[in-house]
Amino acid sequence: MKMNESQKVKIKARNVTVHYGEARALHGIDLDLNANEVTALIGPSGCGKSTFLRCINRMNDVIDGCRVGGSVSIDEQNIYSDAVDVVELRARVGMVFQKPNPFPKSIYDNVAYGPRIHGMAPSRSELDHMVEVSLKRAGLWDEVKDRLSASGTSLSGGQQQRLCIARAIAVSPDIVLMDEPCSALDPIATAVIEELMEELRRDYTIVIVTHSMQQAARISQRTAYFHLGDLVEHGQTQAIFTNPENKQTEAYISGKIG
Amino acid sequence: MNDEHIVSSFDRDLAELNQMVARLGGLAEQQFAAAIDALENRNASSIETIVSNDAELDQLEKDLNDRAIEVIATRGPMATDLRRILSAVKIAAVLERVGDYAKNIAKRSLVIISDETNRSDTISVGRIADIVQGMLREALDAYATANADLAMEVWERDQEVDELYTSLHRDLLGVIAKGAEEASVSSHFLFIAKNIERIGDHTTAVAEQVYFQVHGEMPSEERPKANAISEASDIED
Repeated sequence: MKMNESQKVKIKARNVTVHYGEARALHGIDLDLNANEVTALIGPSGCGKSTFLRCINRMNDVIDGCRVGGSVSIDEQNIYSDAVDVVELRARVGMVFQKPNPFPKSIYDNVAYGPRIHGMAPSRSELDHMVEVSLKRAGLWDEVKDRLSASGTSLSGGQQQRLCIARAIAVSPDIVLMDEPCSALDPIATAVIEELMEELRRDYTIVIVTHSMQQAARISQRTAYFHLGDLVEHGQTQAIFTNPENKQTEAYISGKIG
Repeated sequence: MNDEHIVSSFDRDLAELNQMVARLGGLAEQQFAAAIDALENRNASSIETIVSNDAELDQLEKDLNDRAIEVIATRGPMATDLRRILSAVKIAAVLERVGDYAKNIAKRSLVIISDETNRSDTISVGRIADIVQGMLREALDAYATANADLAMEVWERDQEVDELYTSLHRDLLGVIAKGAEEASVSSHFLFIAKNIERIGDHTTAVAEQVYFQVHGEMPSEERPKANAISEASDIED
Protein backbone atom coordinates (compact mmCIF):
# COMPACT_ATOMS: atom_id res chain seq x y z
CA MET A 1 0.00 0.00 0.00
CA LYS A 2 1.31 3.41 -0.91
CA MET A 3 1.02 6.14 1.65
CA ASN A 4 0.85 9.75 0.83
CA GLU A 5 3.09 11.40 3.41
CA SER A 6 1.43 14.78 2.99
CA GLN A 7 -1.96 13.28 3.86
CA LYS A 8 -4.30 15.83 5.36
CA VAL A 9 -5.14 15.40 9.02
CA LYS A 10 -8.91 15.58 9.44
CA ILE A 11 -9.35 14.81 13.10
CA LYS A 12 -6.83 15.77 15.73
CA ALA A 13 -7.26 14.45 19.28
CA ARG A 14 -5.03 15.91 22.01
CA ASN A 15 -4.81 14.61 25.56
CA VAL A 16 -8.38 13.34 25.41
CA THR A 17 -9.59 11.99 28.74
CA VAL A 18 -13.02 10.60 29.53
CA HIS A 19 -14.43 9.90 32.98
CA TYR A 20 -17.61 8.03 33.72
CA GLY A 21 -18.23 9.32 37.23
CA GLU A 22 -15.03 8.48 39.10
CA ALA A 23 -13.88 5.86 36.60
CA ARG A 24 -11.41 7.06 34.02
CA ALA A 25 -12.11 5.42 30.65
CA LEU A 26 -9.53 7.25 28.53
CA HIS A 27 -6.10 8.36 29.79
CA GLY A 28 -5.08 11.25 27.58
CA ILE A 29 -5.24 10.12 23.97
CA ASP A 30 -3.22 11.88 21.25
CA LEU A 31 -4.22 10.72 17.81
CA ASP A 32 -4.33 12.18 14.30
CA LEU A 33 -6.79 10.71 11.82
CA ASN A 34 -6.27 11.37 8.13
CA ALA A 35 -8.86 12.56 5.67
CA ASN A 36 -10.15 10.00 3.15
CA GLU A 37 -8.77 7.10 5.08
CA VAL A 38 -10.43 4.34 7.04
CA THR A 39 -8.99 4.18 10.54
CA ALA A 40 -9.77 1.05 12.53
CA LEU A 41 -9.92 1.26 16.32
CA ILE A 42 -9.23 -2.13 17.85
CA GLY A 43 -8.76 -3.52 21.33
CA PRO A 44 -10.43 -5.75 23.90
CA SER A 45 -13.84 -4.89 25.34
CA GLY A 46 -13.61 -2.00 27.77
CA CYS A 47 -10.38 -0.64 26.26
CA GLY A 48 -11.92 2.72 25.42
CA LYS A 49 -12.14 2.48 21.65
CA SER A 50 -15.91 3.08 21.46
CA THR A 51 -15.59 5.81 24.07
CA PHE A 52 -13.00 7.48 21.88
CA LEU A 53 -15.21 7.08 18.81
CA ARG A 54 -18.06 8.80 20.63
CA CYS A 55 -15.79 11.76 21.46
CA ILE A 56 -15.60 12.57 17.75
CA ASN A 57 -19.28 13.56 17.50
CA ARG A 58 -19.79 14.38 21.18
CA MET A 59 -22.10 11.43 21.71
CA ASN A 60 -20.60 11.11 25.19
CA ASP A 61 -22.32 14.38 26.10
CA VAL A 62 -25.62 12.55 26.31
CA ILE A 63 -24.31 9.99 28.82
CA ASP A 64 -25.00 10.91 32.45
CA GLY A 65 -21.89 11.50 34.54
CA CYS A 66 -19.58 11.44 31.54
CA ARG A 67 -16.87 14.12 31.41
CA VAL A 68 -14.57 14.70 28.45
CA GLY A 69 -11.23 16.52 28.79
CA GLY A 70 -8.61 17.59 26.29
CA SER A 71 -9.50 18.61 22.76
CA VAL A 72 -10.79 17.06 19.57
CA SER A 73 -10.41 19.20 16.46
CA ILE A 74 -11.99 18.63 13.11
CA ASP A 75 -10.38 20.71 10.38
CA GLU A 76 -8.50 22.62 13.09
CA GLN A 77 -11.67 23.58 14.95
CA ASN A 78 -12.07 22.29 18.52
CA ILE A 79 -15.48 20.61 18.57
CA TYR A 80 -15.66 20.98 22.36
CA SER A 81 -15.53 24.77 22.22
CA ASP A 82 -18.69 26.64 23.25
CA ALA A 83 -19.11 28.08 19.78
CA VAL A 84 -19.87 24.67 18.31
CA ASP A 85 -23.48 23.75 17.57
CA VAL A 86 -23.74 20.08 18.53
CA VAL A 87 -26.66 19.38 16.20
CA GLU A 88 -24.69 20.78 13.30
CA LEU A 89 -21.63 18.83 14.41
CA ARG A 90 -23.57 15.56 14.31
CA ALA A 91 -24.65 16.35 10.77
CA ARG A 92 -20.98 16.73 9.83
CA VAL A 93 -20.03 13.60 11.73
CA GLY A 94 -22.44 10.78 10.92
CA MET A 95 -22.66 7.59 12.89
CA VAL A 96 -23.60 4.00 12.15
CA PHE A 97 -24.20 1.60 15.02
CA GLN A 98 -23.66 -2.06 15.69
CA LYS A 99 -27.32 -2.95 15.36
CA PRO A 100 -29.09 -1.47 12.35
CA ASN A 101 -31.56 1.04 13.78
CA PRO A 102 -33.79 2.35 11.01
CA PHE A 103 -36.66 4.57 12.13
CA PRO A 104 -40.06 2.85 12.01
CA LYS A 105 -40.80 4.88 8.91
CA SER A 106 -40.63 4.31 5.16
CA ILE A 107 -37.33 3.74 3.44
CA TYR A 108 -37.73 7.16 1.83
CA ASP A 109 -38.43 8.94 5.10
CA ASN A 110 -35.49 7.29 6.82
CA VAL A 111 -33.11 8.87 4.32
CA ALA A 112 -35.05 12.13 3.99
CA TYR A 113 -35.13 12.63 7.77
CA GLY A 114 -31.75 14.36 8.11
CA PRO A 115 -32.04 16.71 5.13
CA ARG A 116 -35.53 17.69 6.36
CA ILE A 117 -34.56 18.55 9.93
CA HIS A 118 -31.46 20.39 8.78
CA GLY A 119 -33.50 22.30 6.20
CA MET A 120 -31.27 21.10 3.39
CA ALA A 121 -34.00 20.31 0.85
CA PRO A 122 -36.09 23.28 -0.21
CA SER A 123 -38.22 21.34 -2.71
CA ARG A 124 -39.69 17.89 -3.07
CA SER A 125 -37.72 17.19 -6.23
CA GLU A 126 -34.45 18.14 -4.53
CA LEU A 127 -35.30 15.89 -1.61
CA ASP A 128 -36.10 13.05 -4.03
CA HIS A 129 -32.73 13.59 -5.61
CA MET A 130 -30.92 13.52 -2.23
CA VAL A 131 -32.68 10.29 -1.25
CA GLU A 132 -31.79 8.66 -4.54
CA VAL A 133 -28.13 9.75 -4.45
CA SER A 134 -27.73 8.63 -0.84
CA LEU A 135 -29.31 5.24 -1.48
CA LYS A 136 -27.14 4.80 -4.57
CA ARG A 137 -24.00 5.64 -2.63
CA ALA A 138 -24.98 3.18 0.04
CA GLY A 139 -25.41 0.54 -2.68
CA LEU A 140 -29.06 0.02 -1.84
CA TRP A 141 -30.92 1.90 -4.56
CA ASP A 142 -31.38 -0.96 -7.01
CA GLU A 143 -32.80 -3.16 -4.29
CA VAL A 144 -35.34 -0.66 -2.95
CA LYS A 145 -36.16 1.83 -5.72
CA ASP A 146 -39.53 0.17 -6.40
CA ARG A 147 -40.62 0.14 -2.77
CA LEU A 148 -39.44 3.37 -1.24
CA SER A 149 -42.64 3.64 0.78
CA ALA A 150 -42.12 0.25 2.42
CA SER A 151 -41.03 0.32 6.04
CA GLY A 152 -37.30 0.49 6.68
CA THR A 153 -37.68 -2.27 9.22
CA SER A 154 -39.02 -4.64 6.55
CA LEU A 155 -35.54 -4.88 4.99
CA SER A 156 -33.00 -7.60 5.74
CA GLY A 157 -30.31 -6.88 8.37
CA GLY A 158 -27.66 -6.07 5.79
CA GLN A 159 -30.05 -3.84 3.85
CA GLN A 160 -31.09 -2.08 7.06
CA GLN A 161 -27.45 -1.34 7.83
CA ARG A 162 -26.96 0.10 4.36
CA LEU A 163 -30.14 2.13 4.88
CA CYS A 164 -28.57 3.53 8.07
CA ILE A 165 -25.44 4.39 6.08
CA ALA A 166 -27.61 6.11 3.45
CA ARG A 167 -29.33 8.02 6.26
CA ALA A 168 -25.97 9.08 7.71
CA ILE A 169 -24.58 10.30 4.40
CA ALA A 170 -27.78 12.04 3.28
CA VAL A 171 -26.75 15.11 5.26
CA SER A 172 -23.35 15.25 3.47
CA PRO A 173 -21.12 14.60 6.47
CA ASP A 174 -17.33 14.88 6.35
CA ILE A 175 -16.81 11.99 8.69
CA VAL A 176 -18.62 8.70 9.20
CA LEU A 177 -18.16 6.88 12.51
CA MET A 178 -19.00 3.20 12.58
CA ASP A 179 -19.29 1.25 15.79
CA GLU A 180 -19.00 -2.45 14.90
CA PRO A 181 -21.22 -1.98 11.85
CA CYS A 182 -20.95 -5.59 10.67
CA SER A 183 -21.06 -7.57 13.87
CA ALA A 184 -24.75 -8.37 13.44
CA LEU A 185 -24.44 -9.20 9.74
CA ASP A 186 -23.77 -12.37 7.78
CA PRO A 187 -20.56 -12.64 5.70
CA ILE A 188 -22.25 -11.57 2.45
CA ALA A 189 -23.80 -8.46 3.97
CA THR A 190 -20.46 -7.78 5.69
CA ALA A 191 -18.64 -7.97 2.36
CA VAL A 192 -21.14 -5.54 0.81
CA ILE A 193 -20.57 -3.03 3.65
CA GLU A 194 -16.78 -3.44 3.42
CA GLU A 195 -16.89 -2.83 -0.33
CA LEU A 196 -19.03 0.21 0.35
CA MET A 197 -16.55 1.62 2.90
CA GLU A 198 -13.76 1.48 0.36
CA GLU A 199 -16.03 3.44 -1.99
CA LEU A 200 -17.11 5.93 0.66
CA ARG A 201 -13.65 6.87 1.82
CA ARG A 202 -13.12 8.81 -1.40
CA ASP A 203 -15.55 11.37 -0.05
CA TYR A 204 -15.48 10.81 3.68
CA THR A 205 -13.15 10.13 6.54
CA ILE A 206 -14.17 6.88 8.16
CA VAL A 207 -13.46 5.70 11.69
CA ILE A 208 -14.57 2.20 12.54
CA VAL A 209 -14.56 0.22 15.76
CA THR A 210 -14.33 -3.48 15.03
CA HIS A 211 -13.69 -6.68 16.92
CA SER A 212 -12.78 -8.53 13.74
CA MET A 213 -9.03 -8.37 13.22
CA GLN A 214 -9.43 -9.65 9.69
CA GLN A 215 -11.90 -6.88 8.96
CA ALA A 216 -9.61 -4.20 10.39
CA ALA A 217 -6.76 -5.60 8.31
CA ARG A 218 -8.89 -5.73 5.13
CA ILE A 219 -10.58 -2.36 5.17
CA SER A 220 -8.44 0.18 6.99
CA GLN A 221 -5.37 2.17 6.04
CA ARG A 222 -4.46 2.90 9.66
CA THR A 223 -5.09 1.00 12.81
CA ALA A 224 -5.05 2.19 16.42
CA TYR A 225 -4.80 -0.35 19.23
CA PHE A 226 -6.34 0.62 22.56
CA HIS A 227 -5.79 -1.16 25.84
CA LEU A 228 -7.18 -0.20 29.28
CA GLY A 229 -7.87 3.36 28.22
CA ASP A 230 -4.49 3.95 26.58
CA LEU A 231 -3.53 4.18 22.94
CA VAL A 232 -0.84 1.50 22.74
CA GLU A 233 0.08 1.62 19.07
CA HIS A 234 -1.06 3.50 15.98
CA GLY A 235 0.28 3.12 12.48
CA GLN A 236 -0.18 1.77 8.99
CA THR A 237 -2.53 -1.17 9.07
CA GLN A 238 -0.16 -3.27 7.01
CA ALA A 239 2.61 -2.81 9.59
CA ILE A 240 0.34 -3.38 12.60
CA PHE A 241 -0.87 -6.73 11.29
CA THR A 242 2.39 -8.04 9.89
CA ASN A 243 5.01 -6.69 12.26
CA PRO A 244 3.63 -4.65 15.17
CA GLU A 245 6.14 -2.82 17.32
CA ASN A 246 4.40 -3.39 20.59
CA LYS A 247 4.21 -6.80 22.31
CA GLN A 248 0.72 -6.08 23.63
CA THR A 249 -0.53 -5.31 20.13
CA GLU A 250 1.02 -8.51 18.83
CA ALA A 251 -0.58 -10.56 21.62
CA TYR A 252 -4.00 -9.05 20.97
CA ILE A 253 -4.09 -9.41 17.19
CA SER A 254 -2.73 -12.96 17.31
CA GLY A 255 -5.09 -14.11 20.06
CA LYS A 256 -2.36 -14.73 22.60
CA ILE A 257 -2.78 -14.78 26.33
CA GLY A 258 -0.48 -11.75 26.69
CA MET B 1 4.87 -11.89 28.13
CA ASN B 2 3.23 -15.21 27.47
CA ASP B 3 3.52 -16.49 23.93
CA GLU B 4 0.70 -18.99 24.14
CA HIS B 5 -2.51 -18.57 22.21
CA ILE B 6 -5.84 -18.49 23.97
CA VAL B 7 -6.94 -21.21 21.55
CA SER B 8 -4.36 -23.85 22.45
CA SER B 9 -5.00 -25.98 19.36
CA PHE B 10 -3.49 -23.11 17.34
CA ASP B 11 -0.25 -23.59 19.29
CA ARG B 12 -0.37 -27.29 18.45
CA ASP B 13 -0.85 -26.47 14.74
CA LEU B 14 2.22 -24.22 14.75
CA ALA B 15 4.27 -26.75 16.71
CA GLU B 16 3.29 -29.41 14.20
CA LEU B 17 4.55 -27.28 11.30
CA ASN B 18 7.84 -26.78 13.17
CA GLN B 19 8.16 -30.52 13.69
CA MET B 20 7.50 -31.17 10.01
CA VAL B 21 10.27 -28.73 9.08
CA ALA B 22 12.57 -30.44 11.58
CA ARG B 23 11.83 -33.83 10.02
CA LEU B 24 12.42 -32.48 6.52
CA GLY B 25 15.65 -30.89 7.72
CA GLY B 26 16.83 -34.10 9.32
CA LEU B 27 16.10 -36.06 6.16
CA ALA B 28 17.79 -33.51 3.90
CA GLU B 29 20.89 -33.52 6.12
CA GLN B 30 20.92 -37.30 6.12
CA GLN B 31 20.58 -37.54 2.32
CA PHE B 32 23.32 -34.97 1.77
CA ALA B 33 25.66 -36.71 4.23
CA ALA B 34 24.97 -40.11 2.67
CA ALA B 35 25.72 -38.79 -0.83
CA ILE B 36 29.04 -37.29 0.28
CA ASP B 37 29.87 -40.46 2.19
CA ALA B 38 29.18 -42.57 -0.93
CA LEU B 39 31.58 -40.39 -2.89
CA GLU B 40 34.33 -40.21 -0.30
CA ASN B 41 34.26 -43.90 0.56
CA ARG B 42 33.52 -45.11 -2.96
CA ASN B 43 30.41 -46.76 -1.58
CA ALA B 44 28.17 -47.58 -4.56
CA SER B 45 25.79 -49.76 -2.58
CA SER B 46 24.14 -46.85 -0.74
CA ILE B 47 23.36 -44.82 -3.85
CA GLU B 48 20.17 -46.62 -4.79
CA THR B 49 18.78 -45.97 -1.31
CA ILE B 50 19.66 -42.28 -1.51
CA VAL B 51 17.88 -41.94 -4.84
CA SER B 52 14.76 -43.74 -3.66
CA ASN B 53 14.66 -41.86 -0.32
CA ASP B 54 14.18 -38.58 -2.16
CA ALA B 55 10.50 -39.38 -2.69
CA GLU B 56 9.99 -39.19 1.07
CA LEU B 57 11.30 -35.60 1.15
CA ASP B 58 9.00 -34.66 -1.72
CA GLN B 59 6.02 -36.16 0.08
CA LEU B 60 6.87 -34.44 3.36
CA GLU B 61 7.08 -31.08 1.64
CA LYS B 62 3.65 -31.63 0.06
CA ASP B 63 2.20 -32.63 3.43
CA LEU B 64 3.65 -29.52 5.05
CA ASN B 65 2.16 -27.30 2.34
CA ASP B 66 -1.27 -28.87 2.80
CA ARG B 67 -1.07 -28.40 6.55
CA ALA B 68 0.08 -24.78 6.20
CA ILE B 69 -2.82 -23.97 3.88
CA GLU B 70 -5.21 -25.51 6.38
CA VAL B 71 -3.78 -23.49 9.26
CA ILE B 72 -3.93 -20.24 7.29
CA ALA B 73 -7.52 -20.91 6.21
CA THR B 74 -8.78 -21.85 9.67
CA ARG B 75 -6.78 -19.59 11.98
CA GLY B 76 -6.36 -16.32 10.08
CA PRO B 77 -2.83 -15.94 11.46
CA MET B 78 -1.34 -12.48 12.03
CA ALA B 79 2.12 -11.01 12.60
CA THR B 80 4.65 -13.53 14.02
CA ASP B 81 2.24 -16.44 13.57
CA LEU B 82 1.84 -15.65 9.89
CA ARG B 83 5.58 -15.29 9.45
CA ARG B 84 6.17 -18.62 11.19
CA ILE B 85 3.86 -20.35 8.74
CA LEU B 86 5.27 -18.61 5.66
CA SER B 87 8.86 -19.34 6.64
CA ALA B 88 8.00 -22.99 7.32
CA VAL B 89 6.62 -23.26 3.77
CA LYS B 90 9.64 -21.53 2.26
CA ILE B 91 12.19 -23.50 4.26
CA ALA B 92 10.41 -26.74 3.35
CA ALA B 93 10.75 -25.85 -0.34
CA VAL B 94 14.47 -25.19 0.16
CA LEU B 95 15.00 -28.47 2.00
CA GLU B 96 13.21 -30.35 -0.75
CA ARG B 97 15.68 -28.78 -3.19
CA VAL B 98 18.60 -29.77 -0.98
CA GLY B 99 17.28 -33.32 -1.27
CA ASP B 100 17.28 -33.03 -5.06
CA TYR B 101 20.89 -31.87 -5.04
CA ALA B 102 21.85 -34.74 -2.73
CA LYS B 103 20.22 -37.15 -5.19
CA ASN B 104 22.13 -35.57 -8.09
CA ILE B 105 25.40 -35.84 -6.18
CA ALA B 106 24.71 -39.51 -5.49
CA LYS B 107 23.94 -40.25 -9.15
CA ARG B 108 27.10 -38.56 -10.39
CA SER B 109 29.16 -40.23 -7.68
CA LEU B 110 28.24 -43.56 -9.19
CA VAL B 111 30.24 -42.68 -12.30
CA ILE B 112 33.17 -41.46 -10.25
CA ILE B 113 33.20 -44.52 -8.01
CA SER B 114 33.74 -46.81 -10.98
CA ASP B 115 36.82 -44.73 -11.82
CA GLU B 116 39.92 -44.91 -9.67
CA THR B 117 41.49 -41.55 -10.48
CA ASN B 118 40.76 -38.10 -9.09
CA ARG B 119 41.50 -38.79 -5.43
CA SER B 120 42.60 -35.21 -4.86
CA ASP B 121 39.36 -33.79 -6.31
CA THR B 122 37.43 -35.97 -3.89
CA ILE B 123 39.32 -34.34 -1.04
CA SER B 124 38.63 -30.82 -2.34
CA VAL B 125 34.95 -31.56 -2.84
CA GLY B 126 34.85 -33.14 0.61
CA ARG B 127 36.21 -29.96 2.17
CA ILE B 128 33.45 -27.83 0.65
CA ALA B 129 30.86 -30.43 1.59
CA ASP B 130 32.09 -30.36 5.18
CA ILE B 131 31.52 -26.63 5.50
CA VAL B 132 28.13 -26.76 3.81
CA GLN B 133 27.01 -29.65 6.03
CA GLY B 134 27.98 -27.59 9.08
CA MET B 135 26.07 -24.61 7.69
CA LEU B 136 22.97 -26.67 7.05
CA ARG B 137 23.08 -28.16 10.55
CA GLU B 138 23.43 -24.74 12.15
CA ALA B 139 20.78 -23.14 9.96
CA LEU B 140 18.37 -25.85 11.11
CA ASP B 141 19.44 -25.29 14.72
CA ALA B 142 18.86 -21.58 14.24
CA TYR B 143 15.38 -22.39 12.93
CA ALA B 144 14.57 -24.75 15.80
CA THR B 145 15.63 -22.16 18.39
CA ALA B 146 14.50 -19.06 16.45
CA ASN B 147 18.04 -17.71 16.79
CA ALA B 148 18.51 -14.94 14.22
CA ASP B 149 22.12 -14.25 15.26
CA LEU B 150 23.16 -17.82 14.61
CA ALA B 151 21.28 -17.67 11.30
CA MET B 152 23.31 -14.62 10.28
CA GLU B 153 26.59 -16.41 11.12
CA VAL B 154 25.57 -19.19 8.75
CA TRP B 155 24.57 -16.63 6.17
CA GLU B 156 28.00 -15.04 6.21
CA ARG B 157 29.88 -18.34 6.09
CA ASP B 158 28.65 -18.99 2.57
CA GLN B 159 31.39 -16.65 1.37
CA GLU B 160 33.99 -19.26 2.25
CA VAL B 161 32.08 -21.87 0.25
CA ASP B 162 31.96 -19.58 -2.75
CA GLU B 163 35.72 -19.02 -2.56
CA LEU B 164 36.54 -22.72 -2.35
CA TYR B 165 34.12 -23.49 -5.13
CA THR B 166 35.57 -20.84 -7.42
CA SER B 167 39.06 -22.23 -6.94
CA LEU B 168 38.00 -25.84 -7.52
CA HIS B 169 35.95 -24.80 -10.53
CA ARG B 170 39.03 -23.20 -12.08
CA ASP B 171 41.16 -26.31 -11.53
CA LEU B 172 38.57 -28.66 -12.95
CA LEU B 173 37.96 -26.47 -15.99
CA GLY B 174 41.72 -26.57 -16.59
CA VAL B 175 41.70 -30.36 -16.67
CA ILE B 176 38.66 -30.45 -18.94
CA ALA B 177 40.18 -27.86 -21.29
CA LYS B 178 43.31 -29.95 -21.72
CA GLY B 179 41.09 -32.72 -22.97
CA ALA B 180 42.93 -35.14 -20.76
CA GLU B 181 41.74 -38.66 -20.22
CA GLU B 182 40.11 -37.83 -16.92
CA ALA B 183 38.13 -34.92 -18.42
CA SER B 184 34.83 -36.77 -18.34
CA VAL B 185 35.23 -37.67 -14.65
CA SER B 186 36.27 -34.08 -13.94
CA SER B 187 33.04 -32.82 -15.43
CA HIS B 188 31.13 -34.97 -12.96
CA PHE B 189 33.20 -33.47 -10.15
CA LEU B 190 32.41 -30.05 -11.51
CA PHE B 191 28.69 -30.73 -11.30
CA ILE B 192 28.97 -32.26 -7.85
CA ALA B 193 30.88 -29.21 -6.59
CA LYS B 194 28.26 -27.04 -8.20
CA ASN B 195 25.48 -28.96 -6.45
CA ILE B 196 27.21 -28.56 -3.10
CA GLU B 197 27.72 -24.87 -3.70
CA ARG B 198 23.99 -24.58 -4.50
CA ILE B 199 23.12 -26.35 -1.25
CA GLY B 200 25.20 -23.65 0.47
CA ASP B 201 23.19 -20.95 -1.28
CA HIS B 202 19.93 -22.62 -0.30
CA THR B 203 21.16 -22.86 3.27
CA THR B 204 21.57 -19.09 3.34
CA ALA B 205 17.93 -18.90 2.22
CA VAL B 206 16.98 -20.92 5.32
CA ALA B 207 19.03 -18.49 7.43
CA GLU B 208 17.25 -15.53 5.82
CA GLN B 209 13.88 -17.06 6.63
CA VAL B 210 14.90 -17.51 10.27
CA TYR B 211 15.91 -13.86 10.38
CA PHE B 212 12.61 -12.86 8.73
CA GLN B 213 10.59 -14.92 11.16
CA VAL B 214 12.26 -13.28 14.14
CA HIS B 215 12.53 -9.68 12.92
CA GLY B 216 9.72 -9.32 10.43
CA GLU B 217 12.04 -8.17 7.66
CA MET B 218 14.73 -9.67 5.48
CA PRO B 219 18.40 -9.09 6.38
CA SER B 220 19.26 -5.65 5.05
CA GLU B 221 22.82 -6.01 3.84
CA GLU B 222 23.71 -7.75 0.64
CA ARG B 223 25.19 -11.16 1.32
CA PRO B 224 28.97 -11.07 0.82
CA LYS B 225 29.77 -12.83 -2.43
CA ALA B 226 33.28 -13.96 -3.14
CA ASN B 227 32.17 -15.97 -6.07
CA ALA B 228 33.90 -14.67 -9.20
CA ILE B 229 31.61 -16.79 -11.29
CA SER B 230 28.53 -15.92 -9.30
CA GLU B 231 26.60 -15.04 -12.45
CA ALA B 232 27.13 -18.49 -13.80
CA SER B 233 26.49 -20.11 -10.45
CA ASP B 234 23.04 -18.59 -10.29
CA ILE B 235 22.02 -20.74 -13.20
CA GLU B 236 20.41 -23.94 -12.04
CA ASP B 237 21.83 -27.05 -13.54
